[in-house]
Amino acid sequence: MSYRVVGSAVPRKEVASKVTGQADYVDDLRVPGMWYGITVRSTIARGRIQRIAFQDGVPWSEFTVVSAADIPGKNMVSMIVEDQPYLAADHVNHMHEPVLLLAHPDKNLLEKARALVKIDYEPLPTVFDIDSSLRGNPAIWGSDNVFKRYLMEKGDVDAAWSNAAHIVEGEYSTGAQEQLYIETNGMLATANPHDGVTVRGSMQCPYYVHKSLMALFGLPADKIRVIQQETGGAFGGKEEYPSMIGGHAALLAWKSGHPVKLIYDREEDMAATTKRHPSRTRHKTAIAADGTLLAMDIEFVIDGGAYATLSAVVLSRGTIHAPGPYRCPNVRVRSTAVATNSPPHGAFRGFGAPQSIFALELHIDKIARALHLTPEEFRQRNFLLTGDATGTSQIVRQPLDLPALQKRALTHAGYLEKKARFHLANQTAAIKKGIGFATFFHGAGFTGSGERYLQSVVTLQTTAAGRVEILSSMTEMGQGANTVLTQVAAETLGIPYEWVDIPRPDTSRAPNTGPTVASRTTMIVGRLVETASLDLRQKLKLPAECTPEQFAEACAICGPLAVSAQFQEPEGIFWDDRKYCGDAYGAYSWAVYVAEVSADTLTGEIQVDRFTALQEVGRVLHPVLAAGQIEGGVLQGIGFAIYEKVLFRDGAMVNNQMTNYIVPTSVDVPRIDVLFEEVPYEHGAMGAKGIGELPMDGPAPAILNALEDALGIPFDRVPLMAEDVLLAIGETSERRVA
Amino acid sequence: MANTPISLTVNCAAHTLIVPAMKRLLDVLREDLRLTGTKEGCGEGECGACSVILDGELVNSCLIPAKQADGARIVTIESSGLGVIQRAFAETGAAQCGICTPGMVMAASALLARNAKPSLEQIREGLAGNICRCTGYQKIFDAVETVSRQNP
Repeated sequence: MSYRVVGSAVPRKEVASKVTGQADYVDDLRVPGMWYGITVRSTIARGRIQRIAFQDGVPWSEFTVVSAADIPGKNMVSMIVEDQPYLAADHVNHMHEPVLLLAHPDKNLLEKARALVKIDYEPLPTVFDIDSSLRGNPAIWGSDNVFKRYLMEKGDVDAAWSNAAHIVEGEYSTGAQEQLYIETNGMLATANPHDGVTVRGSMQCPYYVHKSLMALFGLPADKIRVIQQETGGAFGGKEEYPSMIGGHAALLAWKSGHPVKLIYDREEDMAATTKRHPSRTRHKTAIAADGTLLAMDIEFVIDGGAYATLSAVVLSRGTIHAPGPYRCPNVRVRSTAVATNSPPHGAFRGFGAPQSIFALELHIDKIARALHLTPEEFRQRNFLLTGDATGTSQIVRQPLDLPALQKRALTHAGYLEKKARFHLANQTAAIKKGIGFATFFHGAGFTGSGERYLQSVVTLQTTAAGRVEILSSMTEMGQGANTVLTQVAAETLGIPYEWVDIPRPDTSRAPNTGPTVASRTTMIVGRLVETASLDLRQKLKLPAECTPEQFAEACAICGPLAVSAQFQEPEGIFWDDRKYCGDAYGAYSWAVYVAEVSADTLTGEIQVDRFTALQEVGRVLHPVLAAGQIEGGVLQGIGFAIYEKVLFRDGAMVNNQMTNYIVPTSVDVPRIDVLFEEVPYEHGAMGAKGIGELPMDGPAPAILNALEDALGIPFDRVPLMAEDVLLAIGETSERRVA
Repeated sequence: MANTPISLTVNCAAHTLIVPAMKRLLDVLREDLRLTGTKEGCGEGECGACSVILDGELVNSCLIPAKQADGARIVTIESSGLGVIQRAFAETGAAQCGICTPGMVMAASALLARNAKPSLEQIREGLAGNICRCTGYQKIFDAVETVSRQNP
């Protein structure tokens, strides 16, 4: 093949429009006769709606007002469980729950109108934290507040305690985190009974929106059309919520007879849309005299908020990742997703894994301290090797050398030398430095049988002029899907990168390739593109080596062609959903992250000074995009650890502004060294594995382990703010004095 | 809100408009002039997505009332004079989702106009008013350094 684009840093496919400001995000669209929409939301966390009044002050007759009674089909967002209404009919279960929708041609009138809607409620008892929810009283969801439970078990944990030389226990917790994509959620809809419903906007999963709108309007598939616009960041925050806001825009369009654009402002987006699930993890671990793991007993609980949304699958991923990349004969993970009266928590990069890996990696350091072993030595004795079984009894089939990865990362970071130097300097310095790390894995693609159920399809279409179009429902949201899928097609077909087009997904043209989530695009969908490309070469009767000119000639002779590829599970993959056991993921990516921190003992201020991120992600298809994913993910992980605190009061986020919710800026980011180890994965696109979520998992535990090294204080929760550090320093010195 | 006539020059083109005096410059650009390259990220001057250059100064256009822009010379991402920076952003991988990119390009432009050869620390400071949630900033620093290396 004459065109080698995989592995090279070709320009991002849509880059010209992005750097010139021409890329069209939904809020940039304006269509004739367009009205604007706004959402009236609940002002209490739980209660019965008693009365709705439209107070004087705006010309109400000019407005379109939509309530639950106006919904033509089913008043439910179609997700895993059908429990979340599009509009509350008589009950509300969280603050900022949608109750009514308003539309008007003058967008300046909408805020005023919203403020004039007065809703009276009869308040009902509420639950806001994991412990109260687990007690089940009051029951706010089902009979026991439980969305989902899993039991993942291997060996006999209870029999292991008596053989243990050491038993170490710990409890760890993580807070909510806002995705804070810079483009807020937004949709533009047209809808009428004759043409059906069309929505376009910012989203990750066009077919999720499509499915939900079919039920909302009671219309067949061909009467619902969902089109992705340029999407300004998502990080999971546009996985399930677009089904909600897309439905809202469509309902307003349906009733008003006008196209309606519904764009959230930042405060509304932060207050009302999903965030990362807060979590609590308890560990009890048995260790043998030789420093090897005997048993891990893990209890993992996440706060799902008021409706089930994706909590069951977030819990699943968190559960499977909870025992980490370690060899342990006896493992039990008992996990629960509970309901509270907070706005529903949802998908966010990592999807449960950052929470359970955070707990584990702090706990591993704690065990090492208890055993008087270095963290690297304890890990070294317990790393999974090729042929070993994970917590789900999945045998590691690919070549895996975690000791070598650990050694390479620590050497690159100058770990031992710095550790010694910092300890010496810390004896006299007010600003203390430390270095710490985390070792972890992240499974790519849908969990268990997920990919088999999805049956994703990709279509390639040729023109007589020799151009090729990739049709799929994979969305570009900044991660580089357009570019990587194009690279795979171009290289497999042996044609220039520029000959391949990849239009934004439109459900009227694109097949269902599943959702753009779970680090699955490159590995799973890229493989489908590769398969379809090989098939296309055959259909065009091209020799193994051919020039682009020969390709173009063959296209001209054959005329326009369409070739599809559908997912097929690789041989020998087995997953038991009932026992939660087997091959949880087709492949895992593996990583060692090292953080250097400093902590000011006078102010409590902490910062990350330098970061090393080493990962084995299969073959790297695009070095710049891959590094960009890692760098961005690491910074979100740093934010999760020490900057980003969602403050809830009575079930509502009260710091729902960028002024008060602080994400790391260009002056906060440390130097991040990104290193790859490339071990091609035979079933991934050209050897690639998943990459997008992995970097979210490691920074928080690496940073807290580094802080322990700096201060001698074992922290157990994130976000960890300066005031928490100062308080802990105070308590520690009081204890020392006493 | 009282309407008021304002005159302003945007990317070398002169405009006279009648708009509410307190209308945000961001909305004047996006709605009245249909220059939608300037983005709204937060509406309160924190994220920098709406950055434009007003009389040589980098400003958040969401915080500038139309009246204050009367008589001003404004440069936005649609300006034809940003090619070198835009190319550098494209080549280094500095744009991911692209929504912060116009503001980031304007901030880079303002920085490089003040200081043709900024140090890494100066680049960090110069971009500190612009939030990017995708890149971790490393590639954006690379883009500014790429331009800076080309400067005399």
